[in-house]
Amino acid sequence: MAKIVVDVMLKPEILDPQGVAVSAALPRLGFTFAKSVRQGKRFEIEVDGEPTSAQLAEVAKAAETLLANPVIETFTVRVEK
Amino acid sequence: MKVGVVTFPGTLDDRDAARAVTHAGTTAISLWHNDADLKGVDAVILPGGFSYGDYLRCGAISRFAPVMEKIIDAANSGMPLLGICNGFQVLCEAHLLPGALTRNHELHFLCRDQKLEITNNQTAWTSSYSVGQKIVIPLKNGEGSFQCDDATLAALEGEGRIIARYVGENPNGSRNQIAGITNARGNVVGLMPHPEHAIDTLTGPTADGLGFFTSVLKALVK
Repeated sequence: MAKIVVDVMLKPEILDPQGVAVSAALPRLGFTFAKSVRQGKRFEIEVDGEPTSAQLAEVAKAAETLLANPVIETFTVRVEK
Repeated sequence: MKVGVVTFPGTLDDRDAARAVTHAGTTAISLWHNDADLKGVDAVILPGGFSYGDYLRCGAISRFAPVMEKIIDAANSGMPLLGICNGFQVLCEAHLLPGALTRNHELHFLCRDQKLEITNNQTAWTSSYSVGQKIVIPLKNGEGSFQCDDATLAALEGEGRIIARYVGENPNGSRNQIAGITNARGNVVGLMPHPEHAIDTLTGPTADGLGFFTSVLKALVK
């Protein structure tokens, strides 16, 4: 069984208030490493067997249709062992 | 004249929207998200709330409800369609309107009476107002920040497709203080604040919101 992972992030030009809030909270806790933080979504999709390229293309289509809103978000599709 | 009001699982403001329609002198017809039937209505309102629990993104799942397929076809043929709050989010997810609604820039859920300026009275839903008119209606949302790319914003501004702007401090970080927009044809309108909660002073802060519902009546009898 393999896992297909879809990561969805807001486009860089879209304000990410949650990321800004996290980035403001980190130094309050003594974590001073972050120049900035962006928050996104991760989808884990289980499939039987090794994913085929057709399957990955179908996942990409689903990501474009439903999982991400291409107006404000970008996505990547990858296989995780 | 019949105006359909859609109920998705998690819709909150369908009753107030139906009441506003009735108050304006039109007949309200309830439409269920799972019915691919518009029951012969002449216009449709997508009311506010948290359809499908706002899961994934606000409006992202509702946009694929069976009733939406019919609504999208009808709107593309010119049927008046108003999306309020969550309904506006559904219209953007359905690509009937450009852009997207994102988390308020201060992250807080807002609930307050909000002053707006009407900036376009040539749509099916705003003809009862005059351009420049100030109205006060409730604003209540967590994800009401209108965002789009620069080219889309320039097009909306250039074509006069911004129908209302927030007056005073920007409540949610919307680009150019945008509270509502329309499509090129003027039959589809999305508005973040709630006119249906301000149709009489018994139940609302003002009766300023009634104009949206009397406007569509005028558009339908024309």
